[in-house]
Amino acid sequence: MTHKIELKNVIKSFGPKKVLQGVDLAVPQGSSMVIIGGSGTGKSVALKCILGLIKPDAGSSILIDGHETVGVGARERDGFMRKFGMLFQGGALFDSLPVWHNVAFGLIHGKEDVNKEAAKILAIEKLDAVGLGKNVADLYPAELSGGMQKRVSLARAIATNPEIIFFDEPTTGLDPIMADVINDLIVKCVKELGATAITITHDMASARKIADHIAMIHMGKIIWTGAIAEMDKCDNPYVDQFIHGRANGPITDAIPA
Amino acid sequence: MNLAVQKFAEYAPILQRLCQAIGASILGMLKALGALCFFIADVVRHCLTPPFFFRHLLRQFMDIGYYSLPVVGMTALFTGMVLALQSYTGFSRFNAESAIASVVVLSITRELAPVLAGLMVAGRVGASIAAEIGTMRVTEQIDALTTLSVNPLKYLVVPRVLAGTIMLPILVLIGDIIGVYGGYIVSTHVLGFSSGTYLQQTWDVLEKMDVISGLVKASAFGFIVALMGCYHGYYSGRGAQGVGAATTNAVVTASILILIFNFILTQVFFS
Ligand SMILES: Nc1ncnc2c1ncn2[C@@H]1O[C@H](COP(=O)(O)OP(=O)(O)OP(=O)(O)O)[C@@H](O)[C@H]1O
Ligand SMILES: [Mg+2]
Repeated sequence: MTHKIELKNVIKSFGPKKVLQGVDLAVPQGSSMVIIGGSGTGKSVALKCILGLIKPDAGSSILIDGHETVGVGARERDGFMRKFGMLFQGGALFDSLPVWHNVAFGLIHGKEDVNKEAAKILAIEKLDAVGLGKNVADLYPAELSGGMQKRVSLARAIATNPEIIFFDEPTTGLDPIMADVINDLIVKCVKELGATAITITHDMASARKIADHIAMIHMGKIIWTGAIAEMDKCDNPYVDQFIHGRANGPITDAIPA
Repeated sequence: MNLAVQKFAEYAPILQRLCQAIGASILGMLKALGALCFFIADVVRHCLTPPFFFRHLLRQFMDIGYYSLPVVGMTALFTGMVLALQSYTGFSRFNAESAIASVVVLSITRELAPVLAGLMVAGRVGASIAAEIGTMRVTEQIDALTTLSVNPLKYLVVPRVLAGTIMLPILVLIGDIIGVYGGYIVSTHVLGFSSGTYLQQTWDVLEKMDVISGLVKASAFGFIVALMGCYHGYYSGRGAQGVGAATTNAVVTASILILIFNFILTQVFFS
C-alpha cells in the first residue's frame, strides 16, 4: 500500500525545549488519521512540520506521495503546498477580508484563477456545507462568534478540494449538534472526495466517528497507532487513560510533582 | 609583580565576560544584518516576478500616500514658517529679503522636507505596517496565506514597499511647495517683505538638483520605512508583547536609518 504521508524520525526543538523527539507516522492514501494526545505535546507542531511552516531539525524525514519534502527549495515547496488544505487551531482568518472572500481566497489567488463572482458562489456553497447561511458571507470575521469563525476557517480549508486536509481541533468550541455536522463533513471529504485527512482532536466521540486510524502522541513520540476498532482493545495504559479521561494513570504519573 | 598577577587573576573572569558579551552582541548584529539582506533580496525578487497584486498596491498608495498628506503638509508648512522667522533673526542686518528666501527654499527642498516627512511617515506608516503584519504573524494568518499557495512576501510586503518607495517622493514634492509657501506667508505678512521679490529670489536660487536630490532621498526613506515595518512585523515575536516590540523596533530602526542614509546621500550628491 502506498502512503500519502510518511513521517520518519521527525525531531523538533524550540531552544532547549524538545517538542518532537522522533515521530514516526504513516497515513495511507484516502484514509482518515486522527491524532490524539495531551495538551502541549506537539500535535500542532507536527502538522506545521509536514506543511513546512516549521522547519524540523536535522535527521527528520517527511515524505509526501513518496517525495522527500524536508529541505526542498521554495519552488518545489509551492508544488506540495497546492495539495494541502489546513484548518488552523486558532482559525487564522484574514480579518481584513469579508467572510466569503476568506473562503474563496484559495480559489481566487490560487492556481485555478477562478473569477470573483464564480468564487463567491462557490464560497457560499461551502459556507452552507458548514451550516452558515448566506447572510454571513458579507460580514467580517471579527463580527462572528468563535464557533462560527472556526467553521468559516474549515470552509476555507476545503474550498479548493485539496488532496490532503489537516484539521486542527475542528470541533472544539462547537455545540454538539454542529460538531456532528462537521464530523459528517470531514467523513464526506474523505469518503466521497477521496481526500487524505489528518485530524487533531480531544473529542473522543468525534475521533471515533471520523477516524480510520488513530495515533497517540506522548512525550514527543507516537506511542501507539492502529485502526480505530483496535483502540478499545489495546492494552496500552497511556491510551487507556487518555480515551477514558482518567485523572490518574501513567500519563499524569510521569509529570514530576 | 606578584600583586599584579594576583590582581589580573581577579579581574580576568570579569574581562572575559565583558568580551563575551561584546562578541555575542556583535555576532547577533551581524546575524540580524544577514537576515535583513536575505529579506531584501527576497522582496526585490518578488517585486519582479508575477503574479502581481495591483489592487493591493492601489490600496497601499492610498494608505501610505494619500492619508499621510495632512501630516506631511502640516510639518512642511510650519517648518517653512519657522525657517523664515529664525533666519530673519540672523540675517536682518544684511539684505534679509533675499537671504531668507534662499535659506527657506534650499533647506526645505534639500533637507527638511525629505527628512521630516520620512520621520513622520516612519511614525505613522511604519508603525502601522509593523503592527498589522505582526498581528497577522501571531494569529497565524501568514501561515494561512502560505497554505493557500499565496506567497506572503508577494501579497503583503511587496505592495507596501513599492508604495512607500513611490509615494514618499510625491509627498515630499507637495511638502516642498507647501514649505516654501509657509516661508512666503511669514515673510510677506509678518516680516513685511514684498511678495514679488521674495518669489523671484526663491526662483533664482533654486536649482533642479536641489529638488531632485530631495526626491531621491525621499524615495530611499520611503523604502526604508516600509521595509522596516514589514521586516519587523514579519519576524514579530509571539503574542501582544511581540507585536508591540516589533512596532517599536520598526519606528526606531527606520528613523535611525533615515538619518544615516540622509548623511550618506547628501555626501553623494553635494561633494
Ligand atoms: N513557535 C514556537 N516557539 C516556541 N515554542 C513553541 C512554538 N510553537 C509551539 N511551541 C511549543 O511546543 C509545544 C507544543 O505545542 P503545540 O501547539 O504543538 O501543542 P498541541 O499538542 O497542539 O497542544 P493543544 O492540544 O493544546 O493544541 C508547546 O509546549 C509550545 O509551547
Ligand atoms: Mg494544538
